[in-house]
Amino acid sequence: DPVTVGSLWLWHSSGSHNGKAEGTFQVTMLPGDGVGPELMHAVKEVFKAGNVPVTFDEHHLSEVQNTASEEKLDRVVDSMKESKVALIGKIHTPMEYKGDLASYDMRLRRKLDLFANVVHVKSLPGYQTRHNNLDLVIIREQTEGEYSSLEHESVKGVIECLKIITRAKSQRIAKFAFDYATKKGRAKVTAVHKANIMKLGDGLFLQCCKEVAELYPKIKFDTMIIDNCCMQLVQNPYQFDVLVMPNLYGNIVDNLAAGLVGGAGVVPGESYSAEYAVFELVRRGSPRGTVPNLPVRAGILGGLEYHSNMVSDAVKKVIKGGKVRTRDLGGYSTTSDFVKSVIDNLHPHYGA
Amino acid sequence: MIPGDGIGPELMLHVKEVFRHACVPVDFEEVRVGSEAPEADVQNAITAIRRNGVALKGNIETNHNLPPNHKSRNNLIRTSLDLYANVIHCQSLPGVETRHRDIDILIVRENTEGEYSSLEHESVAGVVESLKIITAGRSRRIAHYAFGLARAAARRSVTAVHKANIMKLGDGLFLQCCQEVAAEYPEITFRSMIVDNTTMQLVSRPQQFDVMVMPNLYGNIVNNVCAGLVGGPGLVPGANYGHDYAVFETATRNTGKSIANRNIANPTATLLAACMMLDHLRLHSHASSIRQAVLASLD
Repeated sequence: DPVTVGSLWLWHSSGSHNGKAEGTFQVTMLPGDGVGPELMHAVKEVFKAGNVPVTFDEHHLSEVQNTASEEKLDRVVDSMKESKVALIGKIHTPMEYKGDLASYDMRLRRKLDLFANVVHVKSLPGYQTRHNNLDLVIIREQTEGEYSSLEHESVKGVIECLKIITRAKSQRIAKFAFDYATKKGRAKVTAVHKANIMKLGDGLFLQCCKEVAELYPKIKFDTMIIDNCCMQLVQNPYQFDVLVMPNLYGNIVDNLAAGLVGGAGVVPGESYSAEYAVFELVRRGSPRGTVPNLPVRAGILGGLEYHSNMVSDAVKKVIKGGKVRTRDLGGYSTTSDFVKSVIDNLHPHYGA
Repeated sequence: MIPGDGIGPELMLHVKEVFRHACVPVDFEEVRVGSEAPEADVQNAITAIRRNGVALKGNIETNHNLPPNHKSRNNLIRTSLDLYANVIHCQSLPGVETRHRDIDILIVRENTEGEYSSLEHESVAGVVESLKIITAGRSRRIAHYAFGLARAAARRSVTAVHKANIMKLGDGLFLQCCQEVAAEYPEITFRSMIVDNTTMQLVSRPQQFDVMVMPNLYGNIVNNVCAGLVGGPGLVPGANYGHDYAVFETATRNTGKSIANRNIANPTATLLAACMMLDHLRLHSHASSIRQAVLASLD
């Protein structure tokens, strides 16, 4: 029910959360593969230094390291029922077809019904890219569309991949997008689609967005075809405010926009369901990440606004300072150098 | 010549004018197909192209408020004539200021299947299934085209763009076909890249790409991203090649409704597409002289 989702989401952000004993919050942590574990370690260090009242409930779920199973998934879901909030690294999806079309990454998202992925693309102060002062939000439906994992070989050498678009999920993501825009004081929502070619599917998505838009007269609504949208992002990204779109286009636009402001490492993502929020340390689909100015947002969610601002300010200070830069931002510092610098900026006298 | 909608008609007039001044020995048979034209008109255009073998075309607007059985006219032309390869050449042009320099990418896009199969149905009320079709035959065909083009143009690498981690069977098949074909062209380096990473790489470091090959939808997106990188839809020409026919148009297939009939549209893309057509017709000296003139005007 779109209305319930909208209000639940708002409930999340106003900070009423699971207050465990002594006011500590439990957060589920899934380090995943690649740089995930390192980054998780970095987050834990920074939180410790900042005395952030968060305890992490770690789960090791990895398809490539063969620690993924149905039971593991269920345990993660149980943990989430307690914590409501999670930090996730990257659960890498192997390329080979091992008999299961849906990756664990996708299955987790479906079990938790994390239907909305939000990527806030914001230029970092102090880090010059070809586009500065960008500030756009990409909202992507992430439980259906092209990621339905429904494929079959009907005739030898002919594969059919099904892309599913439903009225219910399209309405839900549209409502989420407009609620988000309302809450954050954004002025415009643009629906991205290819309804000229996928008339029924994307046509339905577009129709749902239009219907929902009518309930939000104060927010401007327009539409754009995905190919033109990509070109516009390259030529003039400043025209965009909030964008809402189905799964695959969201994946592509997320990455394109991340490239505009300096790469995957500086653009974190958040996933929401009606009950849960998951913060990604590493952009989905990207090969690397860096210390995030991001899952600090987890703090905001738990009502830990003071702590989150403190950590976030420290991170921003380090980036603005320009002296300690990780590889992906053109520098030579290691992850630990960066983390140390953040910690130093948290408490100028910490460890002294 | 199919003028199409929006800026198409006025740009076609400019092509004719330039051809007249350059004394190009080409006679245009004009065929009008509007966005609301009945199927008969489209069939008429298709037959005309079969007659002449070559066409220059503007974009025919697809009104998506019409019922779904009203298919895109442009798509109908492409599939009926089996114009299986859409090729665009994105090059940094002299005199055009952009954020990136030294871009020179050839994009080969499968033009007849994939997400553009127009096979959709509402199985249950409120649930739509859209079928994306990938076949071994057409994947191999487009891969051969890409590698053949790379060899002919003395290019060094071909990058296949896909999303086989999610569409394991479909894009998996496409990737596999590319790999098989690559083995027949040992002098060309074969790489593959997932489409989301590709768009990110394109906007950060486009110079790393040489020839690219991909299924239909990713081709659409990559074409537009690259066009944006070198200066926009008004600059890049495109070609659609089949076994027997060739149709030339702008790379990003825009109708340009909002700027139509105001004398502000950039004719570069259309003029360069006309030059590609002249090359195809082996009228190389005419093609070169017009191309030189266009580039000189940009500088």
